[in-house]
Amino acid sequence: MNFVSRGFRGRKRDVDADPSRVPPGQYVTEDFPVLSTGPTPHTPLDEWTFSIKNGGGTKTWTWDEFRALPTETPTVDIHCVTRWSKLDTTWEGVSVDTLLEQVEHDAPYVLAFCDGGYTTNLPLEDVTDGKAWIAFAYDGEPLDPEHGGPARLLVPHLYFWKSAKWVRGLELRDDDEPGFWETYGYHSYGDPWREQRYAGD
Amino acid sequence: MARTAVRGRLSWQIATVDDIVVETARVRTIVLGVSEWPGHRAGQHLDVRLTAEDGYRAEREYSIASAPGEPVAITVERLDDGEVSPYLTDELRAGDEIELRGPIGGYFVWDVEHGGPLLLVAGGSGIVPLRAMLRHRRRSESDVPVRLLYSSRTIEDVIYRAELDDLAEHPIQSPAYRCSRHGSPYMW
Repeated sequence: MNFVSRGFRGRKRDVDADPSRVPPGQYVTEDFPVLSTGPTPHTPLDEWTFSIKNGGGTKTWTWDEFRALPTETPTVDIHCVTRWSKLDTTWEGVSVDTLLEQVEHDAPYVLAFCDGGYTTNLPLEDVTDGKAWIAFAYDGEPLDPEHGGPARLLVPHLYFWKSAKWVRGLELRDDDEPGFWETYGYHSYGDPWREQRYAGD
Repeated sequence: MARTAVRGRLSWQIATVDDIVVETARVRTIVLGVSEWPGHRAGQHLDVRLTAEDGYRAEREYSIASAPGEPVAITVERLDDGEVSPYLTDELRAGDEIELRGPIGGYFVWDVEHGGPLLLVAGGSGIVPLRAMLRHRRRSESDVPVRLLYSSRTIEDVIYRAELDDLAEHPIQSPAYRCSRHGSPYMW
């Protein structure tokens, strides 16, 4: 049935945003909202490491080793499941491809893990071939702790809860282990263009 | 704690606006008649979807303001440059229909079985899910100690003020208000 909300017209649709860049159910914001489930961690850089766990083995980078890796500066649109989208955000980070080059692997899934215990699961193919970064700068500045600094996962083609703040590593897995929000009923994959907000969407 | 709060697919359904309660100058509580509601937990939210005549849609999420077992209600603060909240606070009338789906979320919830004590901290409309918890606690006749710290711009902006004042008379659950602008703190 064609339901209409009596008297609702919506905002004047003269927003500069290209509608083809805004997924269904999303609105464009100029702000950068902050949503988190707990206190913001502040891990000193001399204690920070990034690890890739692969079965029995673990490859670890210190902050200095991580920052010595080649970086990229993607400009991407990001989409939060709480319905805000932010266009043309500019980041600097290390491509996940660059990190995985140093690890033997054939696992089909990754589970990102973070300071504070947050986790999120992704298919490996969604963090490879130039689709994901470990980002340490936003808009030319070091990434603010409230936005996930010193480093966060950046996977802009999926809902932004997949772009885990305060990321400390990736666990390569044979099975698709649900992460934090995925366990609480959010979608396992989270494609904003298919509105995969909750399990079953 | 239950690990899965959303079972199966959440479907959109049409709800009827049964009542609108004026909370403050900018805040309304919208009481909804929902025919197929599976029940909710204190702290969960729901999705609201509005559709214009030309098919344009806007969706937002709102915390559920009512306790489990009470009629579904949301409390909405009007944001002057908002797209959905001015419609919900200014245009919507009892008898209108809106589309919603829910309940959603299983992390920020409190069930009476979780026990306590509880320290609830909110600013502005952040009180809404905590009010659901306070009501759930009272309806369950729980004696879990609870303290609410609540900050508002002004005393006139305190949402659920009469209800919170009433709760404060109970010796073990005293809300404390702090107003960040205009005038001195009240009951801090």
